[in-house]
Amino acid sequence: MMKTFREKLSGRVFFALAVSSIAALALITLFILVKGLPVIRSVGLFKFIFGMRWAPGRGEFGIFPMIVGSVSVTLGAALAGVPVGICCAIFLAEFAPAPLRNIFRPAIQLLAGIPSVVYGFWGLLFVVPLIRDHLGGPGLSILAGSVILGIMILPTVISISEVSLLALPRQYKEGALALGMTHWQAIKSVLLPASKSGIVAAVILGLGRAIGETMAVIMVLGNAVALPHSILDPVRTLTTNIGIEMGYAAGEHQQALFATGIVLFVIIMLLNSAAQFITREKKHK
Amino acid sequence: MPPKMAIRRLDFFYEKKQALFGLSLDIPANGILAMIGPGGSGITTTLRALNRLYELTPGARMEGEILLDGKSVHGADVSVTQLRRRVGMVFDVPTPLPVSIFDNVAYGPRLQGQKSKKILEEIAERALTQATLWDEVKDRQHTPAMRLSGGQQQRLCIARMLALEPEVILLDRPCSGLDPISTAKIEDSLTLLKQQYTIVIAPHNVQQAGRVADRVAFLLSGRLIEEGPNGEVFANPRDPRTSDYITGRFG
Repeated sequence: MMKTFREKLSGRVFFALAVSSIAALALITLFILVKGLPVIRSVGLFKFIFGMRWAPGRGEFGIFPMIVGSVSVTLGAALAGVPVGICCAIFLAEFAPAPLRNIFRPAIQLLAGIPSVVYGFWGLLFVVPLIRDHLGGPGLSILAGSVILGIMILPTVISISEVSLLALPRQYKEGALALGMTHWQAIKSVLLPASKSGIVAAVILGLGRAIGETMAVIMVLGNAVALPHSILDPVRTLTTNIGIEMGYAAGEHQQALFATGIVLFVIIMLLNSAAQFITREKKHK
Repeated sequence: MPPKMAIRRLDFFYEKKQALFGLSLDIPANGILAMIGPGGSGITTTLRALNRLYELTPGARMEGEILLDGKSVHGADVSVTQLRRRVGMVFDVPTPLPVSIFDNVAYGPRLQGQKSKKILEEIAERALTQATLWDEVKDRQHTPAMRLSGGQQQRLCIARMLALEPEVILLDRPCSGLDPISTAKIEDSLTLLKQQYTIVIAPHNVQQAGRVADRVAFLLSGRLIEEGPNGEVFANPRDPRTSDYITGRFG
């Protein structure tokens, strides 16, 4: 009798705690929507998203340059980080001898632990001058942001790709080798295709991290609200727009920043759903 | 006729633990040799030694000799990938690759450089027929292999290996976890295959050895206790431990 009461109680307590975390999400979503939607309604969704001019003082709120900024920096991060990350995951899962693996894994975890402001600072003092001196332009640029973000997404890409490679049944590899494949052929034609969904999810989650990153990119992107013409031009992203102007924004300007948040929220939600959809599709097969 | 494969004084170790003790065994061509014995007798180890798949296991090493057509499989001129194409293996768990049925069978030949779609289709049909799977899948060869039942997946794995035209086939408890009908189909195809191939099977029970084997080898704790023609080992075992095992008194 007592036991069943305790069982019921513990079930309820866990339920309540689980609900509270969902409730936090719901509250934040609601708050952003309430704060941000009015300005989207008054400016017009199309003009807000595709508007080229961002001049809060004159009531002009167009965030298209920032969308381009976010997308270009995120794609750049993917180009810089994904190939390295996947190769590193293959190395760790398939080639690295145990002692080396025991050094690499914690080192990569450490990479995830470095505060983003430190990445930004390092980028500003090292990557930006390097670009300015050797490639020209102000140095504060899409390229600088891509390099920094590319490094920052490495832990995500590596660890999730590695886990999905290691999660494959041992028999995949043995079956492939028993068919007379070489180790590399087995990796290329069996292991990678078999863990494709996990690796794609790793990339998408990495992209989610890149597009949401604020602090590090504020310091290296230059933050100019204009369409970039090359990867050496400065840009402003959706996140940095909020980060920079939040401190002094009021009224409609503040609402417009929340609206920027809504757009960001939708993009990240799309990315996460894509990751989920891809991982689920595999199980379906 | 010389044996297709021969094991000579094989000692096998995992780290410091010895798994096989001075095992010597002939594997005659065009026949089915069943290796029986309780779990931990070293049967899987023996099979994995024959195609050198044990080399994937860290800390595993062997002493002694394994011969294929009279030549050591560890010879300097032997490439391990070539060896594994000649000595094919099917595992206890069906391991189709996550691609279509056709692509599973075409994998090996494609790796060997076969590009002609027509030839690949011929190879697939022949291999699937030999594995008694053709009639069940001929109209849906391009659906994912993962949709097949467990028994069909295992026959697909046999077909995939046959497509490489090996000389020796190693089967490590190929019917564990399969229903009796699938098991019967696999056993039927084995009796057909032995005309063309040399087969070593670790059956999942003694009865299966009795049904399919030409010769039977009984191992216990890493040692060969007895080896002989199927009828003799089952009717007149020489060693009391063999008769204890096949009558189900232990193991």
